[in-house]
Amino acid sequence: MPETKRILKSLKTRFKDYLGLLLGFVLLCLLFTLLSSRFLTTTNILNVLRQIAVNAILAYGMTFVMLSGGIDLSIGSMVSFASIFCAYLISNLGMPVYLVVLLALLIGGALGLVNGIIISKTGIWPFIVTLATSLIFGGLAYAISNGTPVRVMNETFNVIGTGSLGPVSFPVIYMFVLLILCYVILQKTRLGRQVYAVGGNPEAAYFSGINILKVRLVTYTICAVLASFTGIFLTARMYTGQPTLGSTMVNDAIASTVVGGTSMAGGKGRIVGTLIGAMLIGVISNGMNLLGLSSYLQDIVKGFIILGAVYIDTVSTRKLEQKA
Amino acid sequence: MHLLEMKNIRKTFPGVVAVDDVSITLDRGEVLALLGENGAGKSTLIKVLAGVHSKDEGEILIDGRTCRIDSPVDALNEGIAVIYQELCLANDMTVSENIFMGRELRNRFGFLDKRRMEEESQRILDSLGVEFPASAVLRSLSIAQKQTVEIAKCISRNAKIIIMDEPTSSLTSNEVRMLFTLIGKLKSEGIGMIYISHRMEELFEICDRVTVLRDGRSVGTKVIRETNRDELVSMMVGRTLSHYYVKDDNVQDEVVLEVKDLVSYASPHPASFFLRKGEILGFSGLVGAGRSELMKTIFGAARRLSGKVFINGHEVDIRSPSDAIAHDLAMISEERHREGLVLRNTVSFNVSLLVLRQFISHLHVDQRKEDDIVKKQIDDLAIRVSGLNQMAVNLSGGNQQKVVLAKWLTRTPSIIIMDEPTRGIDVSAKAEIYSIMNSLTAKGCSIIMVSSELPEIIGMCDRVVVMSEGAMTAVLERKDLTQETLMHYALLTPGTKEEKANA
Repeated sequence: MPETKRILKSLKTRFKDYLGLLLGFVLLCLLFTLLSSRFLTTTNILNVLRQIAVNAILAYGMTFVMLSGGIDLSIGSMVSFASIFCAYLISNLGMPVYLVVLLALLIGGALGLVNGIIISKTGIWPFIVTLATSLIFGGLAYAISNGTPVRVMNETFNVIGTGSLGPVSFPVIYMFVLLILCYVILQKTRLGRQVYAVGGNPEAAYFSGINILKVRLVTYTICAVLASFTGIFLTARMYTGQPTLGSTMVNDAIASTVVGGTSMAGGKGRIVGTLIGAMLIGVISNGMNLLGLSSYLQDIVKGFIILGAVYIDTVSTRKLEQKA
Repeated sequence: MHLLEMKNIRKTFPGVVAVDDVSITLDRGEVLALLGENGAGKSTLIKVLAGVHSKDEGEILIDGRTCRIDSPVDALNEGIAVIYQELCLANDMTVSENIFMGRELRNRFGFLDKRRMEEESQRILDSLGVEFPASAVLRSLSIAQKQTVEIAKCISRNAKIIIMDEPTSSLTSNEVRMLFTLIGKLKSEGIGMIYISHRMEELFEICDRVTVLRDGRSVGTKVIRETNRDELVSMMVGRTLSHYYVKDDNVQDEVVLEVKDLVSYASPHPASFFLRKGEILGFSGLVGAGRSELMKTIFGAARRLSGKVFINGHEVDIRSPSDAIAHDLAMISEERHREGLVLRNTVSFNVSLLVLRQFISHLHVDQRKEDDIVKKQIDDLAIRVSGLNQMAVNLSGGNQQKVVLAKWLTRTPSIIIMDEPTRGIDVSAKAEIYSIMNSLTAKGCSIIMVSSELPEIIGMCDRVVVMSEGAMTAVLERKDLTQETLMHYALLTPGTKEEKANA
């Protein structure tokens, strides 16, 4: 009995963190339901979820990096790189699909490792480092494909992106499976605690004997592997590898993470919040599309929402620190 | 009529009276020294004068006229300039740009008049007799030269009163000579100066009078020629010891830690000492004497240049805090906020951080186990929290310190290094920390306590190492501990005859 009580209580406290966010999300859905009869339909919901998947998975990776006190602007280029890499190796070189996918994930992880090493060893700001590596990784994608898209028609490969389990397409399943995986890593392992400690106060983490270098490398690697995976299934879904595939994705990933309550300063945030953030942003796009509003307007609305969310985070942080 | 008169100044911070009923006077062409232990109220008094803190009570008169000083700008307008220990200059700008920062001269088109500013700056630099040009980029200058730029800045602002906070702390002896020449020049021009320094010899050389502060109150003002070092020392420390030190003799014969000829990055002087089981070994000295650096080196958080460390008779090679932790060392750092706590996380998160292995395994967090670990510490140390999930940032200083202590005690360390363990916490929390220290040593734990508070050193330590300017100047037994002796060795310049005889 006390066990159930405890679980209920912990659910209540968990829920409290997301209250504002969920409320906003529900209100938004309600608004779109009233405005458009097509919004709350099974097809549309499945559609939205699929659209959200890409951004959500990228944002999971961003959450790891931001929780540890960093940022990764190179994920878009990693998506592009993985895309071209897979398409080129499968179509032009005829290499076996499983090997290519495995290689793409490994190399993707290595790119993240490179980000982490440069950031830890040089002390250059993560923002600058990943801005630079973004150009490098993106450039590599262009170099491999000579700047042109590479068509990839391969039953085994394409099913990674186009397959579905009943009415639910694979990307949506990835999104939820990875959510659980990320949740477990962050909340149920020592590494997860260490990520929060390093992001919350690197000096204190160091004096507590935490290997800061290791934690940073792991977070950047996780982020990179997730980005590469996104590149892979998106390419499979579109039958085409594109060197420009990820070029605009980093903005939404950062936006979802921040809107989901992860602090830019690190050490604060949760993966479930990130998913809700991604859903919020996805629903705005979808709802406004249904209403026939232009994508420019969508950007404007998104911009305000990000500002609002970060403002709330800043104010609550300031309140905390003033009490000190 | 005095150039400056501060009358009955009182300044309180939540829970602390930092300055209480202090009055000082300063005349034209005079150098007044402010002397006192750390925490005696010197900085607060200066910050009140500089407009950084607003006073609660009292009056400030300049040339006999009452002034309102509510902000640094007010202070500057009244001709008061402060040269802080940490210089406030822009490293990538030129000397003249720094001198005119915030009040740049403009030509008739409204653009910056770079030429006139440089000429003006050069004139001031020449009058000070320095060798670098006004067009030099600040980064290329030595610390002493940068300090001269600060002084030039004060002069160009027509400052009547210049306050110098520990101006010689990072200067070589040659540079100190040059600074003193400069101070002589400023004196002859009628500028009044307030000089803060721990280096007693300097005061006798350049100051006219000295005001001694203790515990936020003024103990007295002396004309420097009519006093001597011993009198000033006893004025600085002359308070009675309180009764709140809980101290039993728990020292056992076994040596748990031995440091041999350790040279840290911060000082060329090697340090050697040992620590026995159940002992509290104090490290006394003034701020900047190199004690924290030595401790960080032992703990692996700073690079060891040479020397050996033995734990329980075995040589150990500690290269990082995690190595140190593996050898059952703990370190309660001087900077609680920066190095001790994850402030924006919970009490529970902070306390359990070192023993994650005990309750997180196989993708499962044993929440009950974690709660038990944390609760035990909260009970043992009587930490006052509203719950396990209270944010660390919302605790009082004393409770924050206890959380840091609790974090380390979850590992039952055999040696604990405590750097200024009671800094910034109130008296009752201090007493609690002392009694925790005593019960730890009763259980066979050994403690190194770095402290700048003499009563605490005398009250709690079995033996005391005194350091001055990066070197050990004495090792004193408990029976020999007096404030005067400790202060004497803390002020000793290493390398002198007397030091060699005693160390």
